[in-house]
Order: sequence, then structure tokens, then C-alpha cells
Amino acid sequence: MFGKACRVAAAVMTLGASVVTAQAASTLETVKARGKLICGVSMGTTGFALADAQGKFAGFDVDVCRAIATAVFGDPNKVDFVMTNINTRFQALQSGEIDVLSRQTTLTFSRDASLGIDFGPAVFYDGQGLMVAKSLGVNSAKDLDGAAICTLPGTTTAQNLADFFRANGKKFELVVFENPDENNNAFFSGRCDAVSSDRSDLASIRAASKSPGDYVILPETISKEPLAPAVRQNDSNWRDIVSWSVWMLMAAEEKGVTQTNVDEQLKSEDPEIQRMLGVTDELGTMLGLDKAWGYNIIKHVGNYAEMFDRNLGEQTALGLSRGPNTLWNAGGLLYPPPFR
Amino acid sequence: MAEARNVTRRPAHRNSALKVYFGTPGNTVVTLVCVAILAFAAKAAISWLLINAVFSGTPEDCKAGAGACWPYLAAKLRYMLFGIYPFDEQWRPFMATILFVVAMAISGIPRLWGRPLVVAWAALLPVLFLLMSGGTLGLAHVPTSQWGGLPLSFMLTFVGLICALPLGILLALARLSNLPAIRVLAITFIELVRGVPLISVLFMASVMLPLFMPDGMTFDKLLRAQVAIILFAAAYIAEIVRAGLQALPRGQTEAAQALGLHFWQYTYLITVPQALKTVIPPLVSLFIGFFQDTTLVVIVGLLDFLNTVRTAMRDPNWQGIAVLEGYLFAAVVYFVFSAIMGAYSRYLEKRFRVGHD
Repeated sequence: MFGKACRVAAAVMTLGASVVTAQAASTLETVKARGKLICGVSMGTTGFALADAQGKFAGFDVDVCRAIATAVFGDPNKVDFVMTNINTRFQALQSGEIDVLSRQTTLTFSRDASLGIDFGPAVFYDGQGLMVAKSLGVNSAKDLDGAAICTLPGTTTAQNLADFFRANGKKFELVVFENPDENNNAFFSGRCDAVSSDRSDLASIRAASKSPGDYVILPETISKEPLAPAVRQNDSNWRDIVSWSVWMLMAAEEKGVTQTNVDEQLKSEDPEIQRMLGVTDELGTMLGLDKAWGYNIIKHVGNYAEMFDRNLGEQTALGLSRGPNTLWNAGGLLYPPPFR
Repeated sequence: MAEARNVTRRPAHRNSALKVYFGTPGNTVVTLVCVAILAFAAKAAISWLLINAVFSGTPEDCKAGAGACWPYLAAKLRYMLFGIYPFDEQWRPFMATILFVVAMAISGIPRLWGRPLVVAWAALLPVLFLLMSGGTLGLAHVPTSQWGGLPLSFMLTFVGLICALPLGILLALARLSNLPAIRVLAITFIELVRGVPLISVLFMASVMLPLFMPDGMTFDKLLRAQVAIILFAAAYIAEIVRAGLQALPRGQTEAAQALGLHFWQYTYLITVPQALKTVIPPLVSLFIGFFQDTTLVVIVGLLDFLNTVRTAMRDPNWQGIAVLEGYLFAAVVYFVFSAIMGAYSRYLEKRFRVGHD
């Protein structure tokens, strides 16, 4: 009886172990052999990664995954999403459970240097901010002397607040909540004078309120949070694919190539557009991709502006303005290197 | 037993009931206040749940209404139940859940307990796994990372407990063993596992374990969580079963030995069945607790039922409109299944008492 149980257990173990991914091969080879990209996203953040009523993921981080999948396969649906949370995200990447982590992750020195991961280019420049009720009559974070501030426990959120308030010679009282819903309710019910988080997150908290017009995000940005996709360390080909897929999205916006006009742009006289879309040269093959990889990304996912507007922009529930996430020639931080 | 029942029944007289509630001025006041509070709560609940509720329409209709927003549940029901499992394939987790619940119900009939049932379960579990996972027989492959919702909660709880029960019984026997090596091993395992919270066991299995594995070797995330739950539950079951074994009169074992039965024979036929009978109530409490504790797997990136309900609320179309409705739905589902388990435990107790007292 027990012998049989042991054999069943052994069979189950082999079944689990057969899901092993052979990492000796490069990530690109592994992904191609599998026929699907596996992308780590958040467990549900409005605008960045959220499953709809049909369980289909949508959002800005999700579109980054789809762009990479399209670069490799020419098909935005050849991607499986794995939900990761703050605790498990890096481990999932290190252990090979996911090929790329696209989950509102801030690029920092210590993460890059010590976690066995490499970052792609920042896809979204965020920063920690503060939100208050309009009725408080405060126009600047510097007026918040002695305020109670709600936050989620984070490695840096409280630290940034302490630094900011000390630098300005002001005091504040920190109120920490483990659960986002509790945190938001505490703010809306007046338990705290202000709530602090990344600005994109503040916008989503505001969007969730009964009357978003009653709350205002203060102008100060008290930390830098460049959110970037991450890959495993020491696979520069794979990192190139991720980086250049992101830059392709930005360059397409810069060149005015959109999802709707990409077919006409194939006839464009601009040599850079020709190189990007694979009309001349074969940039894609240098990365081990199809030469039409750029065309495919724009055709199926759109350019950066389209991605932003669709998921985060003024027309969405988040209603974010582009802010620093504008092209360099319009005063923003997006500066895709040249495609040549 | 029978006498005790009569004693409690005797004062259940109509007059004495009135006396209890309205006998003294103080009692009358307390009764009236309680009735008023109950009536007020019931009125508020009914008006929120039914009278002011919005039964069909869009998020805008709900925003305008003052009551519960039932279209939200309708729109999000399948996501809450099955998570991100591919929409067109959701009949598979549905069928698997139905099959599983039916199988559990049938297994609950004591007359059917025996070897055939064990064989049937050994056959059923792979079938359910195939149904969920696919990859053969024309079923599309669905990786375990896309499983979620109620089937996931059921699987983690009940597959976990089904596997943990025999393991726990073995551990209990090992802890009572006369062989020091086995006893020490069992004590070490049980105390180690009981000494840490479930969260940290899950965390070890999901975060630490893969780092110790050879490069590029990963076990399925769900399997890791499932094994963690089995080991954790086994330690608690072991202690409950040990209590049952120690409550048995020594004479039972001695008589069995005198009849010439060897250890496994009297363990299987005499001691363990009696011990299990005694510990039904704490065992079922543990099961109910585990059914609710599985929701902790969210920290290792798995979406169980409660957390599909939670993430469903973040849909921007419905954000800020429906919050209580989702939690209420989750509460009802958890309550129904917990109540069924509780009722079943009372049934078993009653059944096994028969012919005893």
C-alpha cells in the first residue's frame, strides 16, 4: 500500500521536474524552442497589468511583454503571463521561471549589482509623490508639517519621506498598512492627511475613489523611480532583444510610425524607418530575430505613445499625463538610440 | 445521552420562554433593545441587498444607485471563479471542480470506505490533473501558472489534506514508536514545522528552494506550494491523531497483541480507526482552517479564490463602485463550504457514537 503511494509520489516528482528549463542554452533559444515567451507581471495593478473579466491580461507592462514576444515570434499572443509579487519577482527571474520581468520594477544600483539580474531601458519614469484631499487646502508637500502620512510598507517609501521631510526641516507621522485596500480606505476616511506612493500608483488610488475630483497629487516628486524590465544576468543577446524592442516602441513614436500607418511607412524614404521596419538592412537578424521584427512590433502593439494612451493616458481611468515620459525632443526623458 | 437531551428540553415551555425574555423589567428592556437593533440591521441589509440594489445595467447605473451592485458580480463571476484560466477553456476547471465535489460527496458515505475508494481516488486525481492541464487528447495545454480561483483553492486544500492525512497518521505513529531514531525524527519534523508560520513554509518552498537547486532547474510553482501545504498540514494532523491514539485504553492494544496480531495489523484494524473516530471534531476544525489558510498562497504569486475576488475589484470600470459585493460573495462561498464540512463532522460523530454509549 505504502509502496504504491511512494511510486505515485515519485511519479509526481518527475512530472514536476520535467518542467525543467535547460538554461545551458541561451534564453532566446529556450524561448524559441518553447514557442512562447514567459513574462512575469504584477498580480493586478490598474493600467500596468490587470486581467479583465475574461482573464485576459492588459496594461502597460503587459504590452512591453507583448512587444518582446512579437519581436521573437511575430505574434503578440505567444506569451504566457506569470503573476509575481514583490517578494517573489526576482527569484522567479533568477530561477528561470520567467524569461523577462515586466512589473513596475525600479532600476537601482544594488538590484543591478547584487541580484544576478540585468535591466533593460526604463519604460516609465515614475517618482514618489504625495496626494491630499483638496479640502485640506495644501499646495505643496512642504506645507505638510506634522501631517499623518499613509504608506504601504516598502524598502524605500518611508525612507524617501523621512529624507524629504528632514531636508525641509519638517515633521511627519508615518502610518503603515500592509494591505493596499486598507491603506487607501484609511486615506479616504481621513485617518491620514496624505498618502504617499509612486505617482502612477497615486493616480490609480485616486481613480478608485468615489469622487476623484476631490483629491490632488502635490507637485513635488521626492524620489526617482525609473521602471524597467529585467532579465537574467549574462545573456547579452537576450538583454539586447529586450532593450531594442523597448527602444523600437520609442523610436517609432519619434518617427511618427503608428499601428495604423505602419504599412504605408514601409514605402517611406526615411532611411532610419527603412532600417527599423526591415525594408533595407537586416538589423533583426543581428539579434537572431526575423528582419521584420520592428514592423511586427508596431503592427501588433503600436508605438510608445499608443501604448501609453491606451493604458495610462488621459482617456483611461488612471488619467496620467505624459510628464517626463515624453520624447527627448519634446522635453522628456525618452531618448531611443539610433537604429543604424 | 438521551437523558441529557430531556433535561434541556424540559424548560422549553411557552410560558417560561416568555418569562426568560420579559420576566423582569430589566429583561424586557434588554429584549426590546436587541429586537430594535436586529430590526434596524435587517432593514438596512434588506434595503442594501434588495430594495435599493441595482440588478442589471452598467457601472454607471451602479454609481447612481444606493444599494448593492449585482451586475458587477455577473460581469466578474467567471474571473472570480476561475482567474486567468483561458476564457474559452473554462469549462475544464468547471467540470473538474464539479467532478471533485461529487467525488468528495460520494467519499463521505462511510459505507463506501475501503480499498476500492482509495483506488478510485488514485485514478481520479490524474484525470482531474489532465483535464486542467491538457496537452493531450485535443485539449490545449494550460500551464499551472494560469490556474486560479476556486479550483485552485479546492486543489490546494483538499488534495493537500488527502495527502497529509496518511502522512500525519504515520508521523503520529512514529512519534509514539519505541524506536528512538524514528521517534526523534518524527518529533524533530513535527516541532520544526509547527514552530514556524505557514507563510514562512510557503516562502521557503517558493523562494528559497529554487535558489538551492542546480542552475536552471525549477519545480512547478504550484507543486511547490502544494508540497509545502501537505508537509505543514501533516505536522498538525500528526499531533491531533497522537492525541486520539493516547486516549485509547491500553487494553485495546494488549488484547490485540494477545490475539497474536502484529503491529501493522492492530494499528490498521484497531487503534488508528478508534483514534480517528475520537478526533473527528478537531480534525474537521483543522480542515476548515486550512481551507481558509490556503489564501496565503498569494504571497508566492498564486491567485486563490479570495484573491481573484480581490483583483477583480481593481478593474478600472468598476473601481470604487463594488467592493462589499465581492467580499460578500467570497464570504458566502467560504461559509457554505465550511458549514458543509462542519455539518458532515457532526453527522460522523453521531454515526460513530451509535452502539458505543
